[in-house]
Amino acid sequence: MKTYILPSLKLTVVLIIICAAMYPLLIAGVAKMTPGGGDGVTISLDGKVVGFENIGQKFTDAKYFWGRPSAVDYNASGSCGSNKGPSNPDYLAVVQARIDTFMVHHPGISKSQIPAEMVTASGSGLDPNISVNAAKVQVKRVATNRSISEAILNELIVECTETAFLGLLGPEKINVLKLNIKLDQLK
Amino acid sequence: MNSEITGVIVMFIITVLLAIPLGKYIADVFKGEKTILDFMAPVERFVYRICDIDITKEMNWKQHMLAMLAMNMLWFVYAFVMLISQGSLFLNPDGNPSMTPDLSFNTAISFMVNCNLQHYSGESGLTYLTQLAVITFLQFVSAATGIAALIVVFNAMREKVTDQLGNFFDIFTKTITRILLPISIIIAIILAFNGSPASFEGKDTITTLQGDTVQVSRGPAAGMIAIKHLGTNGGGWFGVNSAHPLENPNYFTNMVEMIAQVLIPLAMIFALGYFLNRKRLSWIIFGVMTAGMLTFLIPTMVSEINGNPAISEMGIDQRSGSMEGKEVRFGAAASAYWSIVTTIISTGSVNSMHDSSMPVSGAMQMLGMMTNAFYGGCGVGILNYYVFIIIAVFISGLMVGRTPEFLGRKIEAREMKIASIVALLHPFLILSGTALASWTIVNHPDANWSVHPSNWLNNPGYHGFSEMLYEFTSAAANNGSGFEGLGDNNIFWNITTGLVLIFGRFLPIIGPVAIAGILARKKYIPESSGTLRTDTATFGFMTYAVIMILAALAFFPALALGPLAEYFSLYN
Repeated sequence: MKTYILPSLKLTVVLIIICAAMYPLLIAGVAKMTPGGGDGVTISLDGKVVGFENIGQKFTDAKYFWGRPSAVDYNASGSCGSNKGPSNPDYLAVVQARIDTFMVHHPGISKSQIPAEMVTASGSGLDPNISVNAAKVQVKRVATNRSISEAILNELIVECTETAFLGLLGPEKINVLKLNIKLDQLK
Repeated sequence: MNSEITGVIVMFIITVLLAIPLGKYIADVFKGEKTILDFMAPVERFVYRICDIDITKEMNWKQHMLAMLAMNMLWFVYAFVMLISQGSLFLNPDGNPSMTPDLSFNTAISFMVNCNLQHYSGESGLTYLTQLAVITFLQFVSAATGIAALIVVFNAMREKVTDQLGNFFDIFTKTITRILLPISIIIAIILAFNGSPASFEGKDTITTLQGDTVQVSRGPAAGMIAIKHLGTNGGGWFGVNSAHPLENPNYFTNMVEMIAQVLIPLAMIFALGYFLNRKRLSWIIFGVMTAGMLTFLIPTMVSEINGNPAISEMGIDQRSGSMEGKEVRFGAAASAYWSIVTTIISTGSVNSMHDSSMPVSGAMQMLGMMTNAFYGGCGVGILNYYVFIIIAVFISGLMVGRTPEFLGRKIEAREMKIASIVALLHPFLILSGTALASWTIVNHPDANWSVHPSNWLNNPGYHGFSEMLYEFTSAAANNGSGFEGLGDNNIFWNITTGLVLIFGRFLPIIGPVAIAGILARKKYIPESSGTLRTDTATFGFMTYAVIMILAALAFFPALALGPLAEYFSLYN
């Protein structure tokens, strides 16, 4: 063993320099050329930063489209899912309560219109997206609260729909923050 | 939903198409043939010179293992010291504290053995210094350890009768300079351009559109995300790993990370074919492993896409599948695919929370780790599979009354003993660990640890048992994913899983290397009509059956208490 310790030690030091210093510095350097410069991509409204493009935000105001339930209340200093198992009775009661709340805030819709993601917590607690159906089911509420026509909102949803990757792969989705920024810009 | 399934198929096809040429490249590197990265040679020579390494000195299998253990021991001490003192070191913009001794113990072992059993959350549990100098560093070297051990076995499988199997330091260093580092750089740059943070800025504070004040964690993550997948380590920068929108910003990055984690395990299969000039054998291995993957993948995709029956009963629209713990940008299908790939491959990174998977998916994820040989981790996957080949050769030899041989070498009692010990160790670690945890919960619910045993489980009933079973399975398989509801940051889990990790890493590496080393000294018997051929579909099926039957015999009772019981309670 002794014959191997010294070369192992030296090799370890050299590799720490290569893998833990030179490599991340190289990537940080290249990332300066990316949108956001490696600090994360932010979005501004009227010159003020209102969020990170990819980080979901809490929307509870009736004037906005809402995102998904979050186990960390959308505070991105941490991240967490609910880690509730599918048969957990407490968890199922929470889902039922979310459905009931959703129905109260969206009179006139039927339960079968509520997409699953609106009543289940995301994996990260920071999911920035909802499905197109999840936006459509909220149109009436937002329209009433903003006193604008549903047609304008439906157009906005079409405009904000991000198609599947290359039009072929993966789900369609809507970034809730971007949609709500468009909404605020309507005025 | 169709576009989601297409996405999964396309991801797999691209991976295979990339793995074949990469396999040829890896074989060329270790055969010493010309490759496009030969410009790294002066760098390597410089490293060898300052480290006093004489690469012309070849080693036998025991010397290889000693060199490996010497390095690993140093890394453990180094990582432990860093983690326990990180709070008072530099590069800590968020002011995170040092780790407790038991958590440092667990974390240092976990990453040394290429696992990522993270009993902490990256945002608050590590500093930028330890994320890079401990975690990222270990993600490179632990992956290289596995690959280098496999290359030693490749060397031993050649027709030459010898005990000189190359120089471990040489193979190990080239794995980093020729394979891991260059590909990681490419992947990290792709991730950075798609929005993964890469700078050294600390947490940002923002006021949201609605007027709330929140903080956003970030840091030099892109480089680590690249190697965590390429090296099949899986340890995430952020707590929720690749479910985090900065760690895995969109469907494209999800594809890149997915392809990256399967790439080397697949490429090593093809490398074996090119290295030994036995392409048929590598296609048979590829076929068996793919069949194994599909056995676990199909039930998982079906149950995730169909959603939770208890939620369907509530009358809502579950067309998007089971979405608890999943992200909209990936969808149910790609999350299901990831959950199986990450468990068969010992990556352990996640893009959805496995604790919230359907019961069948949970069972399949656990089976992926219980078999631990379908593709498998960097290098170690084929080493595990090699053990099963030895057992399959021996059993089929007995069945047809021929001397058991593999690649022209007789398999005898000594090799069989080693293979059996390695194969039996895995269920022993998992089942005895789970039994101990269950016993503790029942008999010492109020033990005064930082999480009382009565509070360990995040879910009641069968699912709670699954949380413990999953944790030990993950530790023994060096996987690292978890049913994360488990309250595992306390002395019981940190120490027990830490020990399981060590046994689950080194015996399955030393065992196969020992077998190969012993076989390499035996006389080479050219194949004849009397030889049991191992590169046929029949033998492939035999290996598949051996793996599945061993797993079923060992784990059926435990799975019946956990996910299977949950399944029948949910779908009655």
